[in-house]
Amino acid sequence: MVLNTNLEHVKTEAEYKKIISENENVMICCGRMGPMCVPVYADMEDLRNDYKNIKFYDMLFDNPEAHVIRNLPECRGFMGLPFTVYYKNGKVVKATSSLQSREEITDILNSVF
Amino acid sequence: MEKFDVIIIGGGPAGLTAGIYLSRAKNKTLVLNEGVIGGQMSLTHEIANYPGIDSVSGYMLSRTMQKQAEKFGCTVKSNIKITDYKFNENLKTITVNNKDVFEAKAVIVATGGKSRELGVEGEKDFTGRGVSYCATCDGDFFQDKEIIVVGGGNSALEEAVSLTQYASKITIVHQFDHFQAHQFAIDAAQNHEKIHFILNSTLSSFYGNQSLEKVKIKNLKTNTEIEMPIDGVFVFIGYVPQTKPFENSLKLNTYGEIISDERLETNIPGVFVAGDCREKKIRQITTAVSDGTIAALNAIDFIQNN
Ligand SMILES: Cc1cc2nc3c(=O)[nH]c(=O)nc-3n(C[C@H](O)[C@H](O)[C@H](O)COP(=O)(O)OP(=O)(O)OC[C@H]3O[C@@H](n4cnc5c(N)ncnc54)[C@H](O)[C@@H]3O)c2cc1C
Repeated sequence: MVLNTNLEHVKTEAEYKKIISENENVMICCGRMGPMCVPVYADMEDLRNDYKNIKFYDMLFDNPEAHVIRNLPECRGFMGLPFTVYYKNGKVVKATSSLQSREEITDILNSVF
Repeated sequence: MEKFDVIIIGGGPAGLTAGIYLSRAKNKTLVLNEGVIGGQMSLTHEIANYPGIDSVSGYMLSRTMQKQAEKFGCTVKSNIKITDYKFNENLKTITVNNKDVFEAKAVIVATGGKSRELGVEGEKDFTGRGVSYCATCDGDFFQDKEIIVVGGGNSALEEAVSLTQYASKITIVHQFDHFQAHQFAIDAAQNHEKIHFILNSTLSSFYGNQSLEKVKIKNLKTNTEIEMPIDGVFVFIGYVPQTKPFENSLKLNTYGEIISDERLETNIPGVFVAGDCREKKIRQITTAVSDGTIAALNAIDFIQNN
């Protein structure tokens, strides 16, 4: 179960654990193909070229294994897709709910990584 | 300064279609787009009414249109900000990000529209934490919860009915005492046991801690306010054309839509308009694509004759 984007997809909990433990800087956008999520995927696709030090992934919110993101303490109180989570050395350093603009995303990338 | 035959402002279906037609006809064409390529089309989960394609995500159709335009030689720049423009000269200039200047013989404005926000205290803070603009996206976070839907048009009433599959109670807050919607949409909302109404009113502020907890509702007739504890608010109060940057040069109607003639030329010769940002009634991808075609072909005609 994957999203219809050109990003790399996280499909399982095992993959998720491997990705965040093996990469220093990771951004994962967990959502659906809806109006609030799609612009974030598109921005991530573009940003891949500018931020080579960061790994960009998406994960389908309805994938049962996405509980690893849905149930993060940092996502408590979130009621809008997508849940976008930023990891440094395997630890969550920032999480946002709902649509973020390109400017908001780059501000986060520049400040947390 | 880089020179083009035509510059298109906006990379939604109208702008991309114009880009395809112009560059295929060997015109040096530039599309300047402020946000994500595809505009509102890229936000559409599933497009099932675009002839010739059974079903496609708006995201994929946007990418295909962009590739098609680029294949014919069109330059597409996204996530730019237009900081200045001069339309009145023979050669029109557009400045991007306060530094890059582009020049063209004709311009097509295809800036589309976007959802209207309430613009009140707390709205931004609670977006994604109780405030939403998309029922399909966020409806299931409100299973057995009490929510408000703001608006009185077709979208508000239809989305309210669709949200009844999740929410335990829905209050529609609308600024008038009547609805601007089809009778069947009004009937469906009014006959639904979970849906209640507060009319002549609007939301004036949002409060909470980690997520939304309550709102203030203002009665627009009496100017009095009440507080209501609530789990979520969905806002469907229409779309605004993205024409503000052009209000001092292009002729707009009272809704801010750009006025044009049948050739989609505006009050300034050589400046054309296409898609949702122009004065028209039906706003769909097919009508945007049609506008893009008409504006492009008339821009070619303009260049050849001037
Ligand atoms: C949720 C949703 C679902 C929809 N579903 C359907 C459907 O199923 N079928 C259908 O036919 N239609 C649908 N529509 C309507 C359809 O998407 C629009 O009618 C169509 O996208 C309009 O195209 P456009 O090119 O005129 O404008 P837009 O798609 O709005 O594109 C305009 C572009 O211009 C950019 N822009 C704005 N201002 C500037 C500026 N100053 N400088 C540079 N760029 C700028 C914007 O960022 C945007 O990328 C839907 C709309 C929405 C919101």
